[in-house]
Amino acid sequence: MIDKEVVVPGDFLSDDPSMAGVGTFVENGKVFAQVYGILESRDRLRVISLGGKYVPSPGDDIIGNVVDFSLSSWKVDINSPYGADLHISEYPQRVDFGDMSRYIKVGDSIITKVTRVDNEKRVDLTLKGYDLRILRGGRIIDFFHTKIPRLIGRSGSMINMIKEESKCAIYVGQNGRIWVNGEDDKMALAIKTIKKIEKEAHTSGLTARIAQFLEDER
Amino acid sequence: MSDMPEKFINEEGLRLDGRQVNELRPLKIEVGVLKRADGSCYLELGQNKVVAAVYGPREIHPRHLQNAMETVVRYRYNMASFSVDERKRPGPDRRGVEVSKVSREAIGPVVLKEYYPRSSIDIFVEVLQADAGTRTAGINAASVALADAGIPMKGLVSSCAVGKVDDTLVLDLMKEEDNYGQADMPIAMVAKEDKITLLQMDGHLTNDEFKKGLEMAISGCKKIYEVQKKALIDAYS
Repeated sequence: MIDKEVVVPGDFLSDDPSMAGVGTFVENGKVFAQVYGILESRDRLRVISLGGKYVPSPGDDIIGNVVDFSLSSWKVDINSPYGADLHISEYPQRVDFGDMSRYIKVGDSIITKVTRVDNEKRVDLTLKGYDLRILRGGRIIDFFHTKIPRLIGRSGSMINMIKEESKCAIYVGQNGRIWVNGEDDKMALAIKTIKKIEKEAHTSGLTARIAQFLEDER
Repeated sequence: MSDMPEKFINEEGLRLDGRQVNELRPLKIEVGVLKRADGSCYLELGQNKVVAAVYGPREIHPRHLQNAMETVVRYRYNMASFSVDERKRPGPDRRGVEVSKVSREAIGPVVLKEYYPRSSIDIFVEVLQADAGTRTAGINAASVALADAGIPMKGLVSSCAVGKVDDTLVLDLMKEEDNYGQADMPIAMVAKEDKITLLQMDGHLTNDEFKKGLEMAISGCKKIYEVQKKALIDAYS
């Protein structure tokens, strides 16, 4: 736990502005923490927030819930302070106006990609692309979005371990929604494991502990 | 409950509750006490008990308040009807609206608002038990709750009052000193940067007393800042 220092906003971090990374700000040539979180100092100084909402950025693969539709687009809740639009031209097939609910209904969940975010945080989505689809079956759980790198693990080691052990299909959206599909008891195991990772994300040696946990649960 | 005491400071230089003139009341801070809030904090400063909750950034309602460039910070200070000796009529009153406004302006400058355009950050401070200095207690709690909510800020705001009783400056007034004292001056500041965001004064202070009082209040804020910081760090270890 020596490499994991908790910092609060305004904490002085460095004299070198080129070290400033995510979660920091520079004032008078000095770097300060901008959020309450864990300081990481590999190549740059980054503060991983322990709270906060997901803010979309282009290229993110996320899980959204369709909450409404207008004449030409579906309104999607993306677990963020900002709603998002999925225009009918971004649906893989041609969709006629007024016929939209045949394709995606209000209440459906979709795996989607953020294509554009403007200055006022208006968000556009697409369903055209590899793995983007409407979700059928399975369960969606909420996860804390800044902890997702821990859930995935180094080059996917953690998530692959859970997938293998639980034989579930798992999709991790970058907005902190996770879709799990499989047999009921296996799904319960996967969700239990994911919740455990969320709770212990800030501790070290997590992958080994989760491997042990899955072993015990078998 | 208590009438005006004859003397606020005894021969040994101690106050009614046995404190030195420049001593704060015992301060206790707990982080993340409310499960459904994005950030929260429970704070006890002597007999004051306050709880702060932060929601957001979230979609702003009513919509016409939204700002396309930055987030809107809203602050509600509210005293529970049972927080004082004589039952307080519930709901916002003249004083509550004023305290909300000055507290919002004390907290607002540290929030990096440009990160969340078109949204709002809502801060709710509920006073459960009051014993003078609830606005400073509320600001201290709100600033910890904001950090807990993961909101980007330039620093933590700390707040503390200084006053005058028996022609002597005293730090962090308690109820008797507030009710019957000669002056009361709450301040709020970014302790790290020595920048003051709130300064109010009620009563009379001479120029020299004001300067000396300000120094005392600043040193009080710095002590509070250390407690705030420790509470946040301890919450994650």
